Amino acid sequence: MTETIQLIKSLADKHGRKRDALMPIMQAVVESESYLSDIAMTEIAKELDIATAEVYGTATFYSFLDTVPRGKYVIRVCKTITCDMHGKKRIVETIEKLLKIKLGETTQDKKFSLLYTNCIGWCHQGPAILINTTPYGDLDEEKITEIIMEYMRK
Amino acid sequence: MSDKIKVVIDGHDLDVDKGTTILDAAKSVGVRIPTLCHHEDLCVAGNCRVCVVEVEGRKTLIAACAAPVEEGMQIKTTTPKVRRARTDIMSLLVSEHNTQCTTCYRSTNCELQDLAAEYNVDSERYLSVLKPGIEVDKSSFSIEKDDSKCVRCQRCVRTCAELQHVNAITVSHKGKDMKISTFMDLPMNDVVCVNCGQCVTHCPTGALTERRYYHEIWEAIGDPDKHVVINTAPSVRVALGEMLGYPAGTRVTGQMVTSLKKIGFDSVLDTDFTADLTIIEEGHEFLERVTKALKHGEKVALPMITSCSPGWVKFIEHMYPDHLDHLSTCKSPQQMFGALTKTFYAEKIGVDPEKIVSVAAMPCAAKKYEANRPEMNDSGYQDVDAGLTTREIGHMVKQAGLDFINLPNTPYDSYMGESSGAAVIFGATGGVMEAALRTVYEVVTGREVPFKNLNIEPARGLQGIKEAAIKLENVLPAFDFLEGVEVKVAIAHGLKNARTIMEQIKKGESPYHFIEIMACPGGCIGGGGQPIPTTDEIRKKRIEAIYAEDEGMPIRKSHEVPEIAKIYEEFLEKPLGHKSHELLHTHYVKRNRY
Amino acid sequence: MDKLKRVDIIFGAYTAEKYKVLEATMKKSSEEIIEEMIESGLKGRGGAGFLTGLKWKFTAGEADPERYVVCNADEGEPGTFKDREILTTVPRKVFSGMAICAKAIGAKKGFMYLRGEYRYLLPDLHKELDIFNEHLKRFGLDFDVEIRMGSGAYICGEESALFESIEGKRGEPRNKPPYPTVAGVFSKPTVINNVETFVNAMMIMKYGAHEFKKLGTDDSRGSKLFSVSGDTPKPGIYELELGMTVEDFVNEFGDGDTKAVQVGGAAGFCVPRKKFKDTIIGFEGVPTGGSMMIFNSSRSMYNVLHNYIDFFEEESCGQCTPCRVGCQQLMKGIEAVKRGEKQSGYLKQLLNLSDTMKITSKCGLGQSVANSFSSIVENFKEEMIY
Repeated sequence: MTETIQLIKSLADKHGRKRDALMPIMQAVVESESYLSDIAMTEIAKELDIATAEVYGTATFYSFLDTVPRGKYVIRVCKTITCDMHGKKRIVETIEKLLKIKLGETTQDKKFSLLYTNCIGWCHQGPAILINTTPYGDLDEEKITEIIMEYMRK
Repeated sequence: MSDKIKVVIDGHDLDVDKGTTILDAAKSVGVRIPTLCHHEDLCVAGNCRVCVVEVEGRKTLIAACAAPVEEGMQIKTTTPKVRRARTDIMSLLVSEHNTQCTTCYRSTNCELQDLAAEYNVDSERYLSVLKPGIEVDKSSFSIEKDDSKCVRCQRCVRTCAELQHVNAITVSHKGKDMKISTFMDLPMNDVVCVNCGQCVTHCPTGALTERRYYHEIWEAIGDPDKHVVINTAPSVRVALGEMLGYPAGTRVTGQMVTSLKKIGFDSVLDTDFTADLTIIEEGHEFLERVTKALKHGEKVALPMITSCSPGWVKFIEHMYPDHLDHLSTCKSPQQMFGALTKTFYAEKIGVDPEKIVSVAAMPCAAKKYEANRPEMNDSGYQDVDAGLTTREIGHMVKQAGLDFINLPNTPYDSYMGESSGAAVIFGATGGVMEAALRTVYEVVTGREVPFKNLNIEPARGLQGIKEAAIKLENVLPAFDFLEGVEVKVAIAHGLKNARTIMEQIKKGESPYHFIEIMACPGGCIGGGGQPIPTTDEIRKKRIEAIYAEDEGMPIRKSHEVPEIAKIYEEFLEKPLGHKSHELLHTHYVKRNRY
Repeated sequence: MDKLKRVDIIFGAYTAEKYKVLEATMKKSSEEIIEEMIESGLKGRGGAGFLTGLKWKFTAGEADPERYVVCNADEGEPGTFKDREILTTVPRKVFSGMAICAKAIGAKKGFMYLRGEYRYLLPDLHKELDIFNEHLKRFGLDFDVEIRMGSGAYICGEESALFESIEGKRGEPRNKPPYPTVAGVFSKPTVINNVETFVNAMMIMKYGAHEFKKLGTDDSRGSKLFSVSGDTPKPGIYELELGMTVEDFVNEFGDGDTKAVQVGGAAGFCVPRKKFKDTIIGFEGVPTGGSMMIFNSSRSMYNVLHNYIDFFEEESCGQCTPCRVGCQQLMKGIEAVKRGEKQSGYLKQLLNLSDTMKITSKCGLGQSVANSFSSIVENFKEEMIY
């Protein structure tokens, strides 16, 4: 908790305490803590002197600003048309099997979350995914297994 | 460039000011364009799209509420294209809505219902996209939130942010999941909501309503073991008529009393009595603080701020917890009344206070919460058992089958039914200040306030923050330290304005001695429990009625009310005395701002 | 390949000397730059097709001296990925285009709004930006670019929603007017252009409006980047001259069994085989921000439409009724028809609804849902029913 508070203070020092600092601060918190906890949002509200509801309302608008706990690695499988056509479902099933979780869930060790996302701009290499910020395209069962195994070893 | 713009609306040629919206331009020539998300108190949203009109040469329809007129616009408001689009949009709203109108508290007072009926919307046109399993949030003592009836117009969010600067509710999520939420979707009782109920009066549908308590009251009335007492706040008498067939601004005091008696209340009393009492207590508290500061050089919290408005009290508890000492320690008139009902009154009429059910008829949603504050039990019981809104009273009158318009007038019962004009004006912004000055000035100087007919005009009207100054001259010997002092006062209504006042205090730059703050725009006449709609036009009419009621009263000053003198004599002993402190004063709680 | 004219401007190599074109442009006056831009006939590459030069001129003419240049790098339209490629390979051209705009309109501050999905590009972009800023100092231009990130919201590609997002709010489109040229980000006069548009501006400064105009047609000047995906043996990014027909395009990129081409992404139009020949890609026919998705006869157009509406249902900001509820109704409606719970005649009603959405929605998103809906339902009705 104190770490979160420290983090947000330093982020506010860096990005300022005006309303337009809200997005960069929230993004940085999600990068470091994988989601925005109620404590984090309250602290951000304090630093920027805006209502907690405002922080929450803004955060929930953006699909990458999670307000529920996520794993260290968030896997987002693109579900938009060309990735859909080229087998996103197989990719999801493979990951589900590997991590023993269902879509939308987080592994017990809090290492992975598996989610759908809308178009990530790799339509020519569908199916494609993002693991945190890193994109992977042209996936098939074999390739995604390799990638996930590598993350599991991390 | 000329500042006038020529446009044609449905064949009317008109010149309007630059910047006028199509909606307002149309209104000026009697063309009514339907709206839903629009509210004159609030900024333009343009999100419901009900007000679309056709502008020649444009491919898309234009939202009349959001679009300013442009030179030469040819506007048509009832073309088939417009009608089809509006009907379609209303059908969409209906498809997202819990259309169980028969069981809705806002039925027959619902903007969506009116529009859907007006456009004869077919509820079968589209499939229902109402999300299943939506539960009504009944956590708050004051406000119920039913998302199944929400049309996402965001009027409540704008109200909470723009008028009240509270931001307890917000828009969350997006797309099909977009909704009105609190922080983390917490229950309303667990967030910074101040219970003012302005979201309720600005909600076009039944999504936000006050929590109703009248069922319990009907039960109590029917219970022969209970003695049910009701007191009615000043602003109820100038607004209740709107629920029952009268135009805005009609005074229905006597008919209201009759109807409440017919409903079966054992005693119908006047909150104005404790409003007068508030003036005596708060006036003396103010003089005490001034004496300490100016005569003895002690450090006391000045300016002193009124504490009648429970929405305002919870606001300062959340937003400025370090400045609670500025609040007068006086309870609100409702809570003074409650404490006295189960002590003084019970003793007087010889009823066991345990059998008394004490009800307050209020223009307010926050009064419900206030009645349930844990510290409000100085009588040994919960001082006030229920706070009912003007709207609930209206419903009760209807439920009782009373022909309200043809009811005769009845005076209030006694004890605690007598009051002054100074108490009546508590209902309007500036009224508490005016009432206080009428008394304080006279206590200090021995003369009446130097305003024509006792009407302190600078304290009146709808300006957001009002200021006044009265110079004290030729004071009575006991107040010689006040000779020549100019007492500066301010009045704020609507919590946006309260925040301005508090920021001054926080910075140590407040030039005032005494400040009146009311949570709701216009004061209690515009309260969160008043009839819907409430607009500035209606606020003005209710205010006029309040001042007319004051002028018609035989006694215009709180300290001249015989029953007030008597209660000190028989029960309270003296202002700020031991018993007063026990029953009429309170303390405040620091709460979280975030 | 004879009917498709490939060009190699946007991804062409940088000049040997860093920022040479920019340096030369900095010696021009604001009026000269704007004149040249208008002369070129360049239209915004985001899809809406407003004349870029005019946008700059309007902003330059505003009274408020505080102005902004905003680069819309929130490339979210399904099937579009060309901006990512530009930002990966030639970011210098984008920053230069922004600086040219800043010079033209007198802005001191620029924002690049980069979609969250492209977060991985940020370190390299910052490196380039550092070099860029140094050169700017050398040219004496008081201008600085800051990169702001999106966080997964398609609607933020809508310019006023993008401003809201930069300001730290929910990305909800604003009422228009006022337009960005008058009140954009922070309510100040703002030029907002797409990534590709800024590169084009840079290229116009390099080659001159005269050369630029030689490419394309009267209505659609210059070259255009196309993001090609779907059922194609060669997906990827291609720079082509505007003015070709869909047939020309399919002949080059199709797999021999092309049933339909979605031009302009989920918000664009579906062109069925029978119309390939007569449909021109460009502002005179089907406009596009560059997204070209190809479907062969193995694909169910119901599934395609279902996927699009699912996208819009989630990515609508949700504030206005026609878009928020309309998308849900279209979804429920086609599902009900598919399952036989509603008669096929219900599709007509849904088409009417999509028309309503087109003329009443607050912003382009809601207005454009009807494009794909009506073009798919009308051309592939039988697939919607069985």
